[in-house]
Amino acid sequence: MAGPISEERVWAELGEIVDPEIPVLSLVELGVIREVDVREDGVRVALRPTFAGCPALHVMRAQIGERLRALGAAKVEVEIVLDPPWSTDDIAPEARPKLAAFGLAPAPSPVIALEEILTAPRACPRCGSFNTVLRNDFGPTPCRMIHYCRACMQPFEAMKPV
Amino acid sequence: MNLELRLPLADALLRLADDEMILAHRDSEWTGHAPILEEDIAFANIALDEMGHAGVWYRLVAELRGEDPDTHPDQLVFHRALDEFRCLRLVELPKGDWAFTIVRQFLFDSAEVVRLQALRRSEYPPLAKAAAKIAIEERYHDRHLRAWVRRLGLGTEESHRRMQAALDQLWPYATQLFEPQVSESELVAAGLFPASEPMAAEWAEAAAAILADADLKIPTVGPGMNGGRENHTDHLEPLLAEMQSVARLEPQASW
Repeated sequence: MAGPISEERVWAELGEIVDPEIPVLSLVELGVIREVDVREDGVRVALRPTFAGCPALHVMRAQIGERLRALGAAKVEVEIVLDPPWSTDDIAPEARPKLAAFGLAPAPSPVIALEEILTAPRACPRCGSFNTVLRNDFGPTPCRMIHYCRACMQPFEAMKPV
Repeated sequence: MNLELRLPLADALLRLADDEMILAHRDSEWTGHAPILEEDIAFANIALDEMGHAGVWYRLVAELRGEDPDTHPDQLVFHRALDEFRCLRLVELPKGDWAFTIVRQFLFDSAEVVRLQALRRSEYPPLAKAAAKIAIEERYHDRHLRAWVRRLGLGTEESHRRMQAALDQLWPYATQLFEPQVSESELVAAGLFPASEPMAAEWAEAAAAILADADLKIPTVGPGMNGGRENHTDHLEPLLAEMQSVARLEPQASW
């Protein structure tokens, strides 16, 4: 049997698993992988939910288990951790343009004064216009909200700043 | 932590979990039926958030009881008997009209804002961390509910009338929000859980200010609706029957 998988290899594999609801970002780019610990008998991954009720969490957990077992890990333990809480600031900066290309406006970063962030217009991910307005603090998934672009005359989705 | 306090702390968290779970179920009843599409989306999300928060508390309950945090929560939600639930009567009430839903959610969430701030100072780190996480998400509920209380309170004569009627009906139930628990003094002394009385006072002041801004009057009520979380309204039984029906059809099924 081969020796234990390297930590680097585990991170690379996790970097290939995409968020089931935002398939342009990997779990690593999304910032939900808190820790990887390779041990003699297997791998332990600390996974942070974006939102506590995120229904994609179970899918992510199952996929991490499958992919790392396929790499040869005998035992994969995916622990849900809440600390420090996930923030939209944890999304990799280089991954943000991919969100916009997907039609999902990235959250302003850093998230400090929430009220100011929410009242300032967000750029429309389609046309770039700032002639936009927040329509709904909630959206199709817990981590998204809905804005409206007056230039496109179309709604668009945005990451909910947390 | 003093081992003798593990189970009382688990009981305290079970109350929070049950409140969130039953309220989530009531909120979810608006899915597909809310007055406007935007609110259909919003309340489906609020329900999902509350269910997620219930899940966080149930996992902590499992850890404190030495149970498996992955399977114990489902056992608690789907296979527990009515008389073992510890939710507030406030969250059991049928969803009512939109004003009723807004007032109930406002009373609950505004109390939660106060409670979560206090829980963040718990000497039990997993609890303090969970409270910090949930508080971040609750900021959006707080924003949303304040806006609706104001919009309907100051809206039309009809919206104001319905909001005041909902507040009159719900306010007596709100006294249970910060009812002290049996083992509270030991938990408070150990710094594990916050004392109810100061939280109740802080919440009453904050809620009163928001309601007054919306031209809503807090009704004068008698001693309120205390008397223990073992006592439920008649509405909980049909709610559980519905919520637990699928899981109980095939208890060994995996989902």
